[in-house]
Amino acid sequence: MTIKLSPSRSVPSIAAPGTRSRRGGAAARRDGIWPWVFVLPLLAGVGLFYIWPILQTAYFSFTTWGVFGGATWSGLNNYLRLLADPQLYTALANTLIYTGIVLLGVPLAVWLASLINTPGLRFASFYRVLFFLPYVAMPTAVALVWRIIFNGDFGILNHALSIFGIRGPFWISTPGFALVAVAVVGLWSSLGFAMIILGAGLKNIPPELYEASELDGASRARQFRSVTVPLLTPSIFFVLIITIISSFQLFDLLYALLGSKNPVMPKTMSLVFYFYSQGFVSNDKGYAAAIAMFIFLLIGIVTVWQFRLQRRWVNND
Amino acid sequence: MTSTATGISAVRNRALVRTKRSRGRRGGSHVLVHIVLGLGGLLMAFPFIWQIIMSLSTNAEVQSVVPTFWPAQLQWQNYAAVFDRLPFLSQLGTSVLVTTIRTLAQIILCTMAGYAFARMRFFGRTVLLAIVLSILLVPSQVYLISQYQIVQSFGWLNTLMGIVAPGLFSAFGTFLMRTAFLNMPAELEEAARIDGASPLQTFWSIMLPLARPSISVLAITTVLWSWNELLWPLVVSTYANAMPLSAGLATLASDVTVNYPVLMAASLMAMAPVLIMFIALQRRVIDGLASSGLK
Repeated sequence: MTIKLSPSRSVPSIAAPGTRSRRGGAAARRDGIWPWVFVLPLLAGVGLFYIWPILQTAYFSFTTWGVFGGATWSGLNNYLRLLADPQLYTALANTLIYTGIVLLGVPLAVWLASLINTPGLRFASFYRVLFFLPYVAMPTAVALVWRIIFNGDFGILNHALSIFGIRGPFWISTPGFALVAVAVVGLWSSLGFAMIILGAGLKNIPPELYEASELDGASRARQFRSVTVPLLTPSIFFVLIITIISSFQLFDLLYALLGSKNPVMPKTMSLVFYFYSQGFVSNDKGYAAAIAMFIFLLIGIVTVWQFRLQRRWVNND
Repeated sequence: MTSTATGISAVRNRALVRTKRSRGRRGGSHVLVHIVLGLGGLLMAFPFIWQIIMSLSTNAEVQSVVPTFWPAQLQWQNYAAVFDRLPFLSQLGTSVLVTTIRTLAQIILCTMAGYAFARMRFFGRTVLLAIVLSILLVPSQVYLISQYQIVQSFGWLNTLMGIVAPGLFSAFGTFLMRTAFLNMPAELEEAARIDGASPLQTFWSIMLPLARPSISVLAITTVLWSWNELLWPLVVSTYANAMPLSAGLATLASDVTVNYPVLMAASLMAMAPVLIMFIALQRRVIDGLASSGLK
């Protein structure tokens, strides 16, 4: 049971033994100019718009930008400033809290995916569409509705809470609650995607295992615990990685739900928002480059750490 | 002998009956599953339903402390007001153009490059592929500042070219298409080559049709990403008229002069094209995203 990250399974055998020489040197020469015709347009664009910018950002992170532009070398200055910057730690903490709340959706998605893939369930594809809808919807557009739902005065959420005698807060304009509100929307929009990935994993579990455990008298809850979850660990791991990486990139929802000029922003912003505001609002591009490198490093560390940890709990038979 | 055989088959039959019966019981308890999924689905769809209701209400109804679950009179003119009060049409045009150009460009460029990386031999292939794929490991913030500098130096700020440019090229698309071509049988190509087809002919008339499923995955992911993307268009366009819908709506949100129902109508229309595409092609979109794993 290996996780299928992509349709790639195996590299096809190059050629039958007899044709080997033809596919070797001669074929290579025959391809001649053609490979470059195919590959150069992409390579040129990727080089100009991705590879060069990555190298340039790494350089920028060691420079200071004047008011009128122009970068001067300043060594480790940006990084030292970053380490002493309380706003960075606030943004980091917010990003982690947001990620933590969105991750709560993963066990929920496991449960819902196993329900939606119940054999012979009617309306399953209808449910699938409903749960997936938030994932394909434009984040900035749905954020506008959520703003009205979360509104402190006339929002439907606080109205619903008032039925239970709870006085709801001003979600969008109270520091702690604002982040929770963003995370709720984040969870709402990513749940369906996790369910789909997990659903693909569920299809790979041989049905005989369920039949066998049923004959042994296992209850459905027991089957879920002893068959479904252990055999699903590769997909769960994949969903965790994707959720963490995409949550670390929180920007769209935060920006659109709270509004960029919201006074709670300093206490609620994510790392990417801090990057954006330094680089494109305050125009401190050298410092923003250092923040970008920090995000890069952070995602790298977390991913490597996840892959290390994975050996302990992911079932890779 | 026969008696034991029938005995065994009787036991098996009984076991089969038992499984069938428990299947039946499972079928009966689907009610609970439907309740959970139905409630969950309603929760998922609620913001969209609420949005539709709000878009047809008056501003006073949206802001009434006791929620109006259905407007006294359907305010269809809110939809017309979107075109009067916001630069909606020009933003919609930008979104459509940006998404179309990027999708076509990615299909052409990534398919060709993916094919070359999978099936052709040339100097530096492995190294170049590794360099292209390494971009997938880097979060977009790392190239954003410098992309901005480049677009600015070309004088492309607040232009369509500026929004479109970096998104014409995709490492993910190249990876996706290379994988697709790797998994195809080599014999077809061999046959075409022996028949004297040029690499371009082989690619165009034999390999490309076979890659159609992966091309549709690439198209779907690109449309979704391009239509919904916020950060890049926000950075390179400062005038409302130059923005695509995603950035336009986000900046509009900070503007208090626009009333809620009009805002709801605008945001509903902004996401409609992608939602309609999803509902029309649901199986393909879901399977495509599940198999590609990443956006």
